[in-house]
Order: sequence, then structure tokens, then C-alpha cells
Amino acid sequence: MTRDLNINVHHLTRVEGHGNIVVNMKEGVLEKAHLNIVEPPRFFEAMIKGRSFHETAIITSRICGICSLGHQMTSLKATEAALGLEISEQTALLRKLLVHGATMQSNLLHAYFLAAPDLLDAPSVFPLIATHKDVVLRALRMKRLANDIGDIVSGRAVHPITPVPGGFTRIPTRGELEAIKQKILDEGIPDCVATVETMKALAGAIPQFERETEYISLKDKEEYGLYNGDIYSSDAGTFPVEEYLSVTNEHVVAHSTSKHARHKRSSYMVGALARWNNNHDQMLPEAQAAAETLGLGAPCINPYMITIAQVVESYHCMLDSVKVIDELLSKGLKDEKPNQSPTRYGRGIASTEVPRGILFHDYTYDNKGNIVSGNCVIPTGQNLANIDDDMVKLVPEMIHKSQAEITHALEMLVRAYDPCISCSVHMLDVTFKED
Amino acid sequence: MKPKVAFFDFTGCEGCQLNKLNFENQILDILQHVDLVEFREAMDDKAEFYDIAFIEGSLSTPSCVERIHDIRRRTKVLVALGACAVNGGVNAMKNLQPIDEVRETVYGEVKYRFATLPAMPVSAVVKVDYEVRGCPMTQADFLKLFTSLVLGKQPPKYTSSVCVECKLKENECLYDRGMVCLGPITRGGCDAQCPSVGQFCTGCRGLVDDPNMDGMLEILTSHGISLDEAKKRMLLYNANEVRI
Repeated sequence: MTRDLNINVHHLTRVEGHGNIVVNMKEGVLEKAHLNIVEPPRFFEAMIKGRSFHETAIITSRICGICSLGHQMTSLKATEAALGLEISEQTALLRKLLVHGATMQSNLLHAYFLAAPDLLDAPSVFPLIATHKDVVLRALRMKRLANDIGDIVSGRAVHPITPVPGGFTRIPTRGELEAIKQKILDEGIPDCVATVETMKALAGAIPQFERETEYISLKDKEEYGLYNGDIYSSDAGTFPVEEYLSVTNEHVVAHSTSKHARHKRSSYMVGALARWNNNHDQMLPEAQAAAETLGLGAPCINPYMITIAQVVESYHCMLDSVKVIDELLSKGLKDEKPNQSPTRYGRGIASTEVPRGILFHDYTYDNKGNIVSGNCVIPTGQNLANIDDDMVKLVPEMIHKSQAEITHALEMLVRAYDPCISCSVHMLDVTFKED
Repeated sequence: MKPKVAFFDFTGCEGCQLNKLNFENQILDILQHVDLVEFREAMDDKAEFYDIAFIEGSLSTPSCVERIHDIRRRTKVLVALGACAVNGGVNAMKNLQPIDEVRETVYGEVKYRFATLPAMPVSAVVKVDYEVRGCPMTQADFLKLFTSLVLGKQPPKYTSSVCVECKLKENECLYDRGMVCLGPITRGGCDAQCPSVGQFCTGCRGLVDDPNMDGMLEILTSHGISLDEAKKRMLLYNANEVRI
């Protein structure tokens, strides 16, 4: 079909940060299909120069409020690697619990509040309060529980306080952890089961669209990898985290203030669906069964299914949180002080899976423990090229539909990736010209 | 009629916005008392006029400056939310370095491709009627201001320092644990949230009205903190305010 199409969605809603969708088609030929990133620049790499290792994570967690815990964990691990700070088993377990909480919080926020309105044809979650009050209350309850984990273990779910290089400034009490566990058993797990049912009812509204790509995530030998692991590519296998630059290959493109990434193809995907595709067999059996109920196969090459992968992953995190708490309690909580005596000064690279995908922080410290240079590679930045490639395939497939339908499908596509634009433009700005 | 309320975000992390979505226990009650007309992070709707506009983030590009003028024109009351909007927050640290150097660190050769200004508080460009401080703003603090505005009352003002609130909680002084804490010069209202869980005050709520800077520097140096390190710590959240 020869057709002209000009789509320009300015400041896409229900995503974190500022982005525009621009699609131009002339006489049936697609000239442009981009997610333009127009978020103002932050200049974090410049800000942290010269700052003390005590402050690095405080500053870099301010890259993004939604992802603050993930940035903080990755930042602390990178600083510890650079300064040779060993952490205790208890610290690692508490951090894993925090990562579970943050993953659930972010995944559920996206699935219920940002993505579900599309599946119910609503402009936001707010009208759903009248029509689906029990579901909204459940979503709020689950989000509160996930945030409780952050509040109790780290002092504050948004921009956590107590995690510092080498450990924690405060260890949660046995009673606090027991209370979280009880709440997970009483509310959290039944709510996950109910969520799977709700999503099953909505799954019919998820668009059928497929495009195979390279999937990149961490892979941990011991467990479903979120806090630790090596880099794993579905195309090329395993790489040590220290070699991240050879995987991410960040480069500046004309239409985005956030850099793009590519590895074996023109683009790759990170995030909940990439993790599912790479590590689904390490999920707890109940979560795997939920995936089957929801029609999430492995591998799944439909990017709209990211939302479903987030729901399944939240269930896994909820269940695994109980295991982590049990392990902490059975070993006995020790009132440890953080280990902040550097044994070396140099470069440290670390990676954690944050809700939107694999995150890298890389710092070099001088012999006073002050930052010489830093680099952060952000999941949303890594996904941008993949989103563009999806749009290039999707638009011609939909060309017989109305412009409004195509626009809506594109908005849903970008939203499915749950992009975190503040993060992706932690450093770059764009001047955006419309043709 | 319910007041029309809108939320806007500028240069920042959107953590303060997120904190509002984290009012899981209160959000349904809040929504009964206001008409939420614009909140891009959570909804599609847009509106022409507002009774109360909440602004998050600092202003750091020419387009930020244009947008804030437009919002100010359309709102009766404007509230700055969080450290970035109130005094520039961590963003303002870039103001301490020559702008060319900052650009080069991040962009390299293409440093002039992107327009950037020093990170400014909202009040540097338009009139701010009220503020909620902190990085992030605390939910309690926001709720106090929010209910005051809805009820037509004056919101609380915080004049004492974090140090005073910390003493009232009978916390061990973090200087005695060898930490560098900015509690003595930082505006309170957070209930000494960080020192109460063993972490130093970063100064995220900005300075008290008349900070005793000489006294602060004396505390720091008497605890063996070098003057350079002490100044650096003070600049983390107060690069637009501290002149030392």
C-alpha cells in the first residue's frame, strides 16, 4: 500500500522521563521510525569527579528515583571492587532481599499502573479505581509490601539510606524481617496468584507481534540472576562483567540524547523478557507455572510480553524473598559495621540486573578514595535501538490500519519496554529537529 | 469545587513523583479531595489551567525555562517539590566546574551539540509560592503541605536544624562515630531520618536560614576533616547556596 504517514507523539505519557515517538512514511516507504529522547542532561559523570567513595552511591542513585535501589547496589559493588572491600554473607543476602523488593515494586508499578490501562482501554489507572477497585487496591497493597522491604531493610525505598560501601549502617531486626515474611505469606503470595488470574484475563488484549533479537542479561550459576552473575548473550554466550564495553558498544545517534548500544546485531534487548528468555529454567517452579498459564513461552520474541514477564518475575521475587529471609534468620542476624577500609585503589566494574535490564557502573578512584572517572551504562539506553528496530518492523505490518491505531500500538510498544528516560539520559541531551 | 492539581517534572530523577505514587495507603483518600488534571508519569490527560502546580526538578535547558513560564502563567499556586526544584539539588554540582569542562567530560568531541544552562532552582526563574524540601521529599512533609493547601491553611515552616531534631531523638552523634554529618547547618523537617539509621546527613534539605558556617567548619576540622573535604561535603546539595 502506498501511503503517507506522519506520527509525532510529543512527551509520551505513562513512562518515566521525556520521549517523543516520530514516524514518517512517504508513499509507502518508511523514512523514519524513532523514539526520540528529549530529557534534559544531568552530567553525572562530571558531577562525581573528585567526590569521596562515601558519596558515590548517594550521588549516582540520584540518576533515577524509580531505579535508585538498583543504581545504589551496582554503585556499591563497583566501589567495593575498586577499593578491595569484602562484604559479608549477611550483607549480600540483605542486598538480594532489597533487589527483590525493588524489582517487585517497579515491575508491579509498570504492569498495573502504566501498562494495564492500555489493555483496558483507559487513559490512566485513575478511572479504574471506580470500575476495578479490588484490583487497584490489590496493586496498591502489593506495591506497599514491596516498598516495605525497601523501607525496613534500607531505611527508605526511594533513595535508600543505610546501604553503604562495605555493608549497612543499620541491620534490620529479627522482628522486622519476621513481620515482612509473615506479610508475604499472608498477602503477598496470594496477591501474586490473583495477579496472574487478572493478567490472564487481560492477556487477550496484548498485541501479537514478533521480532527475534539478541537477548542480554546476567546469568548466575547458582540462581536466577539479579544481584550477581556474568554477562550472557543469547547469540554469543557468556562474558565476564569486566568486558562490558565490548558488549554494550555505546554510540551516539543523531535522534537521541541517550546513546544507543549494539552487540552482535543492530540492536539487542535487556530487561524482564531478556532475563526470562535467558534464565527461565532457574525461576522457582510456581513462577514457571504462572508463565505457562499466561502463555509466556521460552524463548518469547513478542516485546509486548515484557509486561507478562514482569508479572512472572515479581511472583518469583515474592517467593524467593521468603527463602532469603529464612536464610538470614537461620544464620542469626549480626550487628556488623560496614567494612570501609580500602585494601587497594583503582578501577572497579560491577553489574546488577535492575528492573529494566542489565546495569553497569565503572569507577576509578585515586589513592585518597576520590573518584577520578566514572561511567554508567543504563538498561533503557541499551534498549533504545531495539525499540527503533521493532517500530521499523511493526509499522509496515500495520499499514492497513488507521493512524490512530498505529499510534496507539507504537505507544504501547514503547511503554511495554517500561523505559526509564531519566536514567538513559543521565548524561546526554539532544536538540531535536522535526522535519 | 475540588482544586485542579497538576504535577510537572524537569531536570531530576522523578523520585519525588514516585514518592507520590508510593502513597499506597493514602492515595485513594487524596484523590477524593482534588481533581488530578495532569501527571504525565501516570496518566494521559492534559489541562489548560490549574489551581496548584507541583514542580519537580531543576531548570537546566532553554526549553525548561520556557516550559516553567508557561506553567506559571496557567497556575494560581506553584509549589517546588524536592531539592532539585528548591535549590538545584545535586544537579547544581555541575555549576561548580567550568561549563566547557563539564560538557567535555560527558560529550567529548560533540560537546557543543547540546544546549545546557547552569542547573537553577525554579525560584531563579519564576515565583515559587511554597516548597517541600528533601532528596527525596518525605511523604509526611508533602502530605502536611498538601492538606494545608486543600484546607486553605498556612503550611508548616521548618526553622531549626536537623541536629536539633536528631538530639530530640537522643541519637548518638555521628561525629563520635567518625562520620562527617551536615546536621548542624541543614534545615530540619525530616525528623533526622538519615542520622537515625546511622547515616550522615548529606544536607539535602538545604541550609537553615542563618547557618553558622564558621562553627560548622570548626566542627569539621576539629574532627580531623580537612577543610577541602569539609567544603566538598557541603557542596553536595548546596552548590547554589554555599559560598566558602
